Amino acid sequence: MKQVVVLSGKGGTGKTTVAAALGHLASQEAPIVLLDADVDASNLDLVLSPQLRAKHDFFSSKVAVIDPASCQSCGRCQELCRFDAVLAPKEDGEPYAIDSVACEGCAVCYYQCPAEAVRMDEPQDGLWFRSDTAFGPLVHAHLYAGHENSGKLVAEVRQQAKAIALEGGHEYVIIDGPPGIGCSVIAATTGVDLALMVIEPTVSGIHDLERILGVARHFGVPAVVCVNKYDINLEKTNEIADYCADLDIEVVGRVPFNTIATEAMVAGKPVTVYGDGLITEELRNVWSRVRDKVADT
Amino acid sequence: MILTIASGKGGTGKTTIAVNLALSVASAEQKSRLLFLDCDVEEPNAHLFLKPSVAAREDVAVRVPRVDASRCTHHGRCTVVCQFHAIAALPNETLVFPELCHGCGGCALACPEKAISEEPHVIGIIEEGHADGINFAHGVLNVGEPMATPVIRQLKRRLSNEYDLAILDAPPGTACPVVESMRGADFLLLVTEPTPFGLHDLRLAVQVGRDELGLPVGVVANQDGVGDAGVDEYCESEGIPILMRIPLDRRIAEAYSRGITVVDALPEYRDRFQQLMHSILKEGQE
Repeated sequence: MKQVVVLSGKGGTGKTTVAAALGHLASQEAPIVLLDADVDASNLDLVLSPQLRAKHDFFSSKVAVIDPASCQSCGRCQELCRFDAVLAPKEDGEPYAIDSVACEGCAVCYYQCPAEAVRMDEPQDGLWFRSDTAFGPLVHAHLYAGHENSGKLVAEVRQQAKAIALEGGHEYVIIDGPPGIGCSVIAATTGVDLALMVIEPTVSGIHDLERILGVARHFGVPAVVCVNKYDINLEKTNEIADYCADLDIEVVGRVPFNTIATEAMVAGKPVTVYGDGLITEELRNVWSRVRDKVADT
Repeated sequence: MILTIASGKGGTGKTTIAVNLALSVASAEQKSRLLFLDCDVEEPNAHLFLKPSVAAREDVAVRVPRVDASRCTHHGRCTVVCQFHAIAALPNETLVFPELCHGCGGCALACPEKAISEEPHVIGIIEEGHADGINFAHGVLNVGEPMATPVIRQLKRRLSNEYDLAILDAPPGTACPVVESMRGADFLLLVTEPTPFGLHDLRLAVQVGRDELGLPVGVVANQDGVGDAGVDEYCESEGIPILMRIPLDRRIAEAYSRGITVVDALPEYRDRFQQLMHSILKEGQE
């Protein structure tokens, strides 16, 4: 079983469009599992028409709560909190309170309060789902707005997808990754067989490519690059190719700009299902190269 | 006014709007009282367009524990109090995992032997300077480090009353770095594209900014004309004003790809961004 993650560093470069297409194309050759690891803004389900099979609660974070009746207003919690999460009372002698949005859940106030007025609550942080699609099982999740621990939720769904794949004899797990380079990206990247970087030929795209390739290198994950909307700027596309050649990283595709990608999204379908144009043709090339590449890993 | 520009979905044009809004502020006097903070510390891009001179750099560090082996009695209290599995007391040794440490200081406070001191673990840097008279700063998270929020928190210490306007360019998503970029804002401008993905993530951003944090919100519809009517219908039903529409225009995409701002490529947009600023100020006051 091989795991491929689609990443980009910069957001909105076409990760989900490419991941859905790869899922479709791969499923024509072998049984696969799809995983949406962008848990704070997940979109993969919007183009896969999933049938929900199971829903699970996700708990991970903790939040401090001060019992106003027990608080002696000494201010020790505020003095120690490094996250500006303790709100001082308007008048002396009134109880302190916690800003639950700012609270990091470190429990320093809980352990240090001389009056033992602090308790740690464990709010639900989100949900994760197991669904079926025309292309294979889909594992996806929803981190509640503003909740912490997206990295842990990604780790959870990674494990679930892997278990489903191993149990069902699926050959590939195709992972739609989150943007950025932080905790959820790291959780989506560690231990995969290949990272496919979807990059637009822009100054931002190139800047961010360097950083996301750094993440892959840092965690020992081989990477390949797909240039999306390559014809927006041919000069920058060549710059990406040269940069990749220097690093011995293969450019596995150059996908042209076409509004058909948006039309497919509106129709709720992978672009390769929606139409048989130049985009589909190039994504077939991308998939065959990705497949050959992971066969070697 | 503190104005945060966010989106939920990535690549909708947050940085484009933030940068062009900043550049459209008319006079030099106004620019000197404008602060621009790029809070997308995982993938900061605003500097590619504003091209600031960097006058100062500072490290962002999380204070991580350092265990004095000669005093440690392997009692394990540190492991019990740490909520992040960043310190592990083994029978003969206590291990620290700096990448997991949130720097709360709980272990040092809890150690009965006072065997734990704290030392800085650098996770990123902040660079600041000037761009076209605008006060500029951004944070850059080091590759391989998971936690963006402390970098954003330190970046935001630059906010002060000396500035009439602070523009904060937020990261994509809705998780903790986004919340940190929105907290304390006076107005939240959400940049979206009228597609199913754009709408889905706009709803999530509204949940965070308006519903959780109680901020007034307005929308910029970018690449207007692609996709469908979902964003318009949603904004109408929620009573969220669409303060600006930017049509899908290949000239803008091409200028962006080269690192050229909209107001440089298409000067007629300067007026439109000034109007956007007026609309924001008006909405913010209401």
